[in-house]
Amino acid sequence: MKEKTKYILLLMSFVLIAMGVYRGEVKEVLQKAINICLECIGIG
Amino acid sequence: MARIKRRIAQLASTIIGNGYMEGFAKGTIYRGKLKSVCFPGLNCYSCPGAYTSCPIGSLQSVAAGLKHQVSLYVIGFLMLVGTIGGRLVCGWLCPFGFFQELLYKIPSKKFKMPKILNKVKYFFLVVFVLLLPAFFTNEVGIGLPYFCKYICPAGTLEAGIPLTIKNAALRGAIGIMYYWKLMLLTVTIIFSILISRPFCRAVCPLGAIYSLFNSVSFYRMSVDGTKCTKCNVCNKNCPVDIKIYENANSPECVRCGKCVDRCPTKAIKSGFISEKKGRLNHEKILDASCGADNSH
Repeated sequence: MKEKTKYILLLMSFVLIAMGVYRGEVKEVLQKAINICLECIGIG
Repeated sequence: MARIKRRIAQLASTIIGNGYMEGFAKGTIYRGKLKSVCFPGLNCYSCPGAYTSCPIGSLQSVAAGLKHQVSLYVIGFLMLVGTIGGRLVCGWLCPFGFFQELLYKIPSKKFKMPKILNKVKYFFLVVFVLLLPAFFTNEVGIGLPYFCKYICPAGTLEAGIPLTIKNAALRGAIGIMYYWKLMLLTVTIIFSILISRPFCRAVCPLGAIYSLFNSVSFYRMSVDGTKCTKCNVCNKNCPVDIKIYENANSPECVRCGKCVDRCPTKAIKSGFISEKKGRLNHEKILDASCGADNSH
């Protein structure tokens, strides 16, 4: 059962990544990451 | 030998992941396209040296935005890393885990962490990383990265301190939240000297996510019941205080491999194990080489 589960999870992870890329999330992540996160450093 | 390999991996991951030296020199951050890729460990994307994104920060920032309440891209990435290794990243690649391990080496009286605190990290994951950024928003619908803002000491250590030292504009904007986070970092440092990996075990939402995959991941721990004498040497050397012979793939195990090295009967193995066959790949290789010898 666990053997199957890990292959299903692996497949699901690729599907989720592909869906995220398709929805334009890569740009969203990049947009946030290239600007200093003021909340992270305790200023925002 | 495994201990040295792990130290090299931890050091390499910390240095390579934060290798943008210009950022440290100028008090700025890397702004290239690599930042759209997540780092597998907890590593603040506002660290001046960071080339990649923090998965926990990215998860919150997408949820806090207007378009999506959950990031499939980041969840898929975490699922991929978790399915391959479970919490292997915590023990081998996470810079903040490495930092805590170094602090624990400082000579002092050592304490055990109450096991109930292991569950608290799931609260931080669900409430501060998943729910609050997505649903506790302003009138326009924009949320905040609540875990980064109120809890994360890694952001203070890796980004807050180096940026405010070099960047005068940021230094001028320091307020009460900065001191709150500085206090949390100080508390984390003190606890890390006294208790092994307290942040990983009680707070880290990334560890909480990866822990869900420990029981099903490709990389696994295994204990040979016929060799194990339950002498507890594994438990005494375990940084997260588990008895591996009770649950070889416990959600708390960071797969550091100390138990594998120290087991006097060599009953513990780790690697990419097939559950079906119940054996490690290197055992199969050993068998194959024995078979070759026998044929002569």
